[in-house]
Amino acid sequence: MHELSVTESILEIALRHANQAQAKRVTALHLVIGQLASIVDDSVQFYWDIISAGTLAEGARLNFRRIPAELLCLDCKQRYALNGEDLACPTCHSRRVEVAAGAEFTLEAIDIE
Amino acid sequence: MPTRVMVVEHILNANDQLAEENQALLEAADVFAINILASPGAGKTSLILQTIDRLAGHLRLAVVEGDTAQVTIDADKVMERGIPAVQVNTGGGCHLDAVMLKMALPQFDLSQVDLLIVENVGNLICPANFKLGTHKNILIASVPEGDDKPYKYPGIYRGVDALLINKIDLLPYVPFNMDYFQRGVEVLNPGLVTFPVSCRTGEGLQAWSDWLLAARQSARVGRD
Repeated sequence: MHELSVTESILEIALRHANQAQAKRVTALHLVIGQLASIVDDSVQFYWDIISAGTLAEGARLNFRRIPAELLCLDCKQRYALNGEDLACPTCHSRRVEVAAGAEFTLEAIDIE
Repeated sequence: MPTRVMVVEHILNANDQLAEENQALLEAADVFAINILASPGAGKTSLILQTIDRLAGHLRLAVVEGDTAQVTIDADKVMERGIPAVQVNTGGGCHLDAVMLKMALPQFDLSQVDLLIVENVGNLICPANFKLGTHKNILIASVPEGDDKPYKYPGIYRGVDALLINKIDLLPYVPFNMDYFQRGVEVLNPGLVTFPVSCRTGEGLQAWSDWLLAARQSARVGRD
């Protein structure tokens, strides 16, 4: 459900940068979305098609780059994938870990003409 | 040929900026605000009512009730205790955002409020991603929900400043491995302040309200 407000933010940012660059139209958006960001690509695409209509960005392609969640062990510096159950470090079994990747939620670039 | 323009802007930037404005407004009126997050039925409203009962003699309270539907059940319970409450309907939306809080704030006389409690929409997925401008995010987990929630909803456990484990009076009746639960929390949010409580029996709630008073005090000292 919250993808509508998220998609509105994406459109606002894209149009602001397109206007600054005096673009005639926006052909693509490059989004970076971490696994922990709780966003469904298809749902963003669905709202995008509706709300971008009649703007510079109408019909622009949405490219999603998904970043898997990774943890970093603070004791042995091992980086490993977050996969559900066992959050402890697979190498030294430490639980002193931090999230190293997966929280991204960024509009990285737009392609304009 | 299209030209690529680098943007690198956080998608919730606009919300984050509004949240900062909300916080500035609150601080100008010396209001400390907390954002209560939990799944439906974990005990958000019960905790708010219990907190009112413990703190109403010390602080002037006010409550924002976030709800997806136009029922004022929660706001009514708060107002029955003589506490000002504003209901915010998200129209089916799954979280409060900074705009909604911004619209709710002028409905209070903030000069008459010391502690603002915001009850977010019952949901463990996205509310932590949408800053409101409150000072602390508080998560309520409850025993009957199960001990696997930190593993299934890591995002929300990462983004909070304190955790209450509610309904501990049900521990003898429900399979809930406290150690397994807390191991998950520890990885996601090391050293997170945690209060095992029961809003039914009152157990643990004194420690929670003492912490809340102290958190407000240290936020005010930090601003001076």
